Formats: sequence, C-alpha cells, structure tokens
Amino acid sequence: MTRLFKDERLGYVASRLLTTVLIVFGAMVLLFALTALVPGDPAKSLLGPQASPELAKRFIAEMGLDQPLHVRLWRFFGAVLTGNLGVDVISGKPVVQLVASVLPYTVILTFSAIGLSVLIGVPLGIHAATHRGSASDTILAFVSVAFIAVPSFVIAIFLLLIFAIWLDWLPVLGTSRSGEFLDEARRMILPTLALAAGWIGFIARLVRSSMLEVLGEPYIRTARAYGLSERLITYKYALKNACIPTIAILGLGIGRLLGGAVLVEIVFARPGLGRLVYEAVSERNFPVVQGAVLVVVVLFVVVNLIVDLSYSAIDPRIRRSSGQGAGA
Amino acid sequence: MNTLAAILATLRRATGSITGAVGFTIFVLVILAALFAPVIATHDPDALDVMNRFAPPSAAHWLGTDHLGRDLFSRLIHGATIAMSVALSAIALALAAGTVLGILAAYLSDRGERVILILFDVIAAFPSLVLALAIVAVFGPSTGVVVAIVALTMTPHFGRVARAQVLTLKNAPFLEAERILGASGARIVFVHLLPNIMGPLVVLASMDIPVVITIEAGLSFLGLGVRPPLASWGTLIQDGYQFLSDSWIPVVVSSLALALATLGFTLFGEALRDAVDPRIGRER
Repeated sequence: MTRLFKDERLGYVASRLLTTVLIVFGAMVLLFALTALVPGDPAKSLLGPQASPELAKRFIAEMGLDQPLHVRLWRFFGAVLTGNLGVDVISGKPVVQLVASVLPYTVILTFSAIGLSVLIGVPLGIHAATHRGSASDTILAFVSVAFIAVPSFVIAIFLLLIFAIWLDWLPVLGTSRSGEFLDEARRMILPTLALAAGWIGFIARLVRSSMLEVLGEPYIRTARAYGLSERLITYKYALKNACIPTIAILGLGIGRLLGGAVLVEIVFARPGLGRLVYEAVSERNFPVVQGAVLVVVVLFVVVNLIVDLSYSAIDPRIRRSSGQGAGA
Repeated sequence: MNTLAAILATLRRATGSITGAVGFTIFVLVILAALFAPVIATHDPDALDVMNRFAPPSAAHWLGTDHLGRDLFSRLIHGATIAMSVALSAIALALAAGTVLGILAAYLSDRGERVILILFDVIAAFPSLVLALAIVAVFGPSTGVVVAIVALTMTPHFGRVARAQVLTLKNAPFLEAERILGASGARIVFVHLLPNIMGPLVVLASMDIPVVITIEAGLSFLGLGVRPPLASWGTLIQDGYQFLSDSWIPVVVSSLALALATLGFTLFGEALRDAVDPRIGRER
C-alpha cells in the first residue's frame, strides 16, 4: 500500500481509509449474518404465534426473507449505502428516522463525558506527576483505579441515590420536557459525571505516566539548565508531548463510552441510541437493532479514523510504524 | 518445581504493596465465596419470605432482605459463583481462541495475517455491550450466550498480544537452534514458544476478569444476561433499583458488592502486571 504513494503521509492516510472501509464492511457482514441466523421462523418470532399463515407469507415476501442469502446480503449493502436502514417492524417508521431522532442525545452525552474527563483528568494527571510520591499523588492513584474499576452504571446509581434522592439537589430522571437549555443542562450533570468518572481516572493516570516519562527526557534537562521556570517547562515543553498518548486514547474512549452510555441512559431514563437498541432487543425488533448498532459502529470507526489521522499529523513516528487497527 | 517457585515469588512481589495486598485479599475472598457458596450462605438464596420484605440488616439477615424477603447476603454469595464461572469460562475461551489466532497471524503469509487482523479490528469496532445487545437480540438471553459474547469480544485483545509476543520471539536464537536441530513446527510452537508467551497472556487474563464481570453484570442488570432463577450481581442490582422507592438498602448493598469485587480484581491484576512485566497491558 505504502509503496503506491511517494508521499509517506498520503500512503498512511490511504491505508487507514482502506482499513476503515474494510472494518465497516466486515461489521455489516457480521450484523447481516446475525439476523440471517435468527433461530426459528422470523415471521413467527416477529409477528407472534397468532399471526395467520397469509399474513406471515406476505410479511416474509415484503421483507425479502424468501430470497437466497447472497441476494439478501447484496440488497442489504445496497440499501445501507443509499442510507436506507430498513423499516421498524412495529411502528412502520424508517429506522433512519428513529436513529436520527435519538442520536443527538447520545452524541451530546458521550462528547460531554469525554470533554469533562479531559477537563478534570489532565490537570489531575499533571498535579500527580509534578508532586510525585506526595500524599495527594498516592490518593489520586487510588481514586483513579477506583473510578476505572467500578462499572459506570453502579456509579450512575450511586449518583442518582445521593444527589437526586437523598440530597434532592438535581432533577432525577429523563430529559427536559420544556426543552429549556438550563433545565436540560441540569439534567445532564449526573449522567455525564457517571459516564465520565472512569475516563477521568484513566486520563489522569495516562497523563501522569507520560508526563513522568517526558520530564526525564534530555530536552527537559536542557531547558532546566537554561534556567527556564519550572512552570514554563511543565506546561509548555512537557505537557505538549505528554498529551500525544492522551489524544490517541480518546478515539478508543468514544467507543467505550458509547457502550457505557446504554446503561447510563437506562438508569437515568434518558432517550438515546442505547435505549433504542435496548428496547428493540427486548421486542426482538431486528431492523432497529441492526440499524442502530451499525450507526454506533460507524460512529466509533469514523471517530477513530479522525483521531488516528490527527495523531499522525502531530507525531510523524506513528506513520512510520504504520499503526494498525481501530482501537487496540 | 521451578515454575511453582517462580509463581510464588511473583505473587509475593505483587502483594508487596498495600493496594496489591488489598486486591489479593478481595480476590481470594471472592474465589472462596464462589467455591463454597452453599456452605457460607446463611439462607437458601431463593427462599421467599414475603412478610419479611425489605427487612433492614439484622442478626438473622446480615444484609437485610430484598423485595420478596430473600436473604441478600446469601444471594450475593451465590452471585459470586455466577460471576466467577462466567468470567473464568469466557476468559479461558478467549485466551485459547486469541492465542491460536495470534500465533497463526504471526506465522501465516502476509495476506493471512492481514485477514486475521482485520477480523480483530471488526470485532473491536463494536463497543462490547453494543455487540452483546445485537447478539442477545438474535439468540435470546442466557448464561451460555453471555459467555460466548464476552469470549468473542475479548478474543482480539488476547490475539493481538499473542501475535506481538510471537513476533518478538520468532527469530530468537533458541528457536533458531531448535529449527536447525530439526524440531517440527508443532514442537517448536507447543514446547518452546507457548510457555514463553503465556506469562503476559495470563496477566492480561487476570486484568480482564473485572471487565468481564462488569459486562455480565451490565447485561444482567438490563435483564438480558443470566436468567432467573439464577441471580447474578447485575440481577440483584436491577431488583434493588426497581424497588428503590421502597428501600435503598438492597441496591446499595449489591452495588457495593459488585464495586468491591471489580475494584479488588483490578488492583490485584495491576499489581500482578507490575510484578511480571510493567510494559504489558498499559493501554487499558
């Protein structure tokens, strides 16, 4: 791949694009295979056992389920590429419309959680690295592990219990009905915190260890020897390089957080992709599951692609070692 | 004998720190609870006593009772058995599949390697819980499905590490020497290569236990994992959450049990990693 392009950068972009397309393609095959594997009679499992044989026959013909597998796979690809994710078997609405109506909730929740974890995690990591071995460093290390280890839906339940029920500081459940910005923002606080907690710990630890690594480098010693202030060295020279691994991990974070959002959305009774998939799974509403999951995967893969490309723009070493994969 | 001594020495190093020791203690306690649940539990975990629902902790019911008057302590202890059996079987499957695929990837032609790596990437492109939901939609919820799902989502993780390990060892002088002496490919892989790549993989496996417990609890919390009458920690949290307005004790007690277990396993896994090789599994 790389040999086709004289420019190393173009070669890297091309090979990452190709892998991304392959991954999305593979994910589509996997999702198709899953629905093709549905045990039993699909008409019966969707329409219920009372459905008349005529109705079942018409349903199967309408869904194209009487066609051979390769024809169905081909149709599925064709439909997805033209932006058609099928029809919700229960409400009859297009899946694209259903997904589009809840997507903003999940995307906003995920990105505010990532934003919050960077906002809190990075300063904590810097503090721990510059105060290595101090009491606050030790406490931070333990708190970080605790945040990483405890499942986000458990954190969500505790936040709900403490701040919404016992202290009654924040509205409990759902999104704002009035659509007012302030009310909605207040309702976002607990879900965002619950989702972000693990990543705050994760980023704090990552920044701490990469800061410590960078602070031991010769160029930092040189900067010290020149008599630059410790503040300038920490924030300008060390932090810049220490941030590179953090950026790399953010792409992975989006994927994990999209997964975690499912549970957090359910604990806080918020609408979103997670809730949509969960309800569709409970109703065995396959087109919705298929469509919504595909959207999550594409979202994850595209974010990873963007992160990888910007990462390689910042640090040329990545291109040379030709980083594989959409998230280790 | 030598390996046993090495394992003991590693364990001693891992439990040298306070966090390592705390983690190891929780690890041992959960394993004991899982193994001897029928002996440790003070009540039948499924015995109903509706008159006595939401009883606060007392001498008779150490952690109180749930919405059907079942003893929470006994249910939590039995939950450990489910958590551990799901975690260990899923990880064993993923470890086996990942190691085989990883070794294959390292030894196959360029094209074969690329196919395996793309396969890993495809699986990794699904957030584990989301892939789990898609699979449960098709096969319906059951303990077996949970194990299969978790094994599937963890396989790339082990596969990538196994491949990287093999690649660094593939051309090592001692394997070169074996090859010159005429050892068969199978002998080289099983007798010489596998023992040398297992260490990091086992550490990774121990670090994945809390991750698996979390996924299983999450699915069971949604009612899409372990099915009644079996009750995992996730099921207990769901039960408590449903009746939050009646009593906060069940949900708090079962959430704390889950949190403590995942925290303990994480602490122990990380201490073990630092004792064996600080470089592996850092990306987690």
